[in-house]
Amino acid sequence: MASLDDLKKRIASVKSTQKITKAMKMVAAAKLRKAQESAEKGRPYSEKMNNVILNLSSGISDKENAPKLLSGTGNDKVHLCVVMTSDRGLCGGFNSNIIKKAKSYFSKILSEGKELKIITVGSKGNDQLKRMYGDKIIENISFKESKNANYFDADKVGKIVIDKFESSEFDICTIFYNQFKNVITQIPQAQQIVPLNSEDGEDNTSEESYEFEPDEDEILSNLLPKNISTQIFKAMLENSASEQGSRMSAMDNATRNAGEMVDKLTIQYNRSRQAAITKELIEIISGAESL
Amino acid sequence: MSEEFKIEIVNPEKSFLVKDDVSEVVVPAYEGEMGILKDHISIISFLKPGIIKILSKSGNESYYIEDGIVEFKNNNLSILTSSIFNIADMDKSKQQDLLKQAEKESGKEEISDQSRYLIDQKIEVLKTLN
Repeated sequence: MASLDDLKKRIASVKSTQKITKAMKMVAAAKLRKAQESAEKGRPYSEKMNNVILNLSSGISDKENAPKLLSGTGNDKVHLCVVMTSDRGLCGGFNSNIIKKAKSYFSKILSEGKELKIITVGSKGNDQLKRMYGDKIIENISFKESKNANYFDADKVGKIVIDKFESSEFDICTIFYNQFKNVITQIPQAQQIVPLNSEDGEDNTSEESYEFEPDEDEILSNLLPKNISTQIFKAMLENSASEQGSRMSAMDNATRNAGEMVDKLTIQYNRSRQAAITKELIEIISGAESL
Repeated sequence: MSEEFKIEIVNPEKSFLVKDDVSEVVVPAYEGEMGILKDHISIISFLKPGIIKILSKSGNESYYIEDGIVEFKNNNLSILTSSIFNIADMDKSKQQDLLKQAEKESGKEEISDQSRYLIDQKIEVLKTLN
């Protein structure tokens, strides 16, 4: 049995851990609010962008000459996966959920005999993936210096993707990120960005015809690269909100667990203190009796 | 009948500007400046570097933009842009920064004709602001 002194030390250490987790929870909560706000504010842009592209692609006259970013290369041999994770740990299952989702996708692709290329965004994802898929990772991007997700960073990733597409290094590109639902739930998502998946919007294109200036093709070929950056930016915003939410609930749990542990240890401490007192009393009494 | 329509400018970070008492907007469309009034035909176009002028009851405003897409439909004008600056808030040093950046870019060798055209446009517009 641990001595009184040991117990005391343990209580103190658990208490200070609790203080840290509590502080982290508060910080995450504050950051979450901000991240959530910017995720909401960023939504109109990507929605509008999507609408315009849908309207455009429905108006495009000959599908065969449509920009490759929209229609694809016609192959699906080389898959590029952009796995977006955080740069910091201590955020519960946030990173491992994305990685799990990505890994199951990877093994599916590899079992189909297709080629796989990976870009990791965020150092945590790189750490976890390089053990199994180290040779597949072609690029690792990390935005440790940027405090918040910003469009400039997303644009950088987007440009890399487009460059690689133009030099035909891949046929299909998918991004992995966590969609923020609420503080407790984040849903890992796999979203195909090249070629553009237009299934989900086929019906709601307006019948109204637009006038285009210059023509559809030119606007589309200008717009599609932007759309990739926009989608990546959206994913980054969702991701940062998810990260903070996930961290907040993880730290909340940790704080609660620490509290329970302190209670348990305190009871144990009091019991052994009581036992020591009783033992001493018994010794004194039995000493007195023997006289 | 009022001659006003709604404008919304969004950038990736937020909804930059929303106004519903706009009477005329002039945008630097790719093939030349374009004035948009109420009941304009539905149009989609993209923008080159230039100045957006917004004329409205509550005052006129101008913004400097570097790129963007403009969509007009049902008397709703949406402008999507990733770089927009209110000219009223722009001081000399900001202008100089943007100008320097653009000049640096145009100094690069390996850019396409189209982007060179856009950059030249940018420099020109920035110079007229000074």
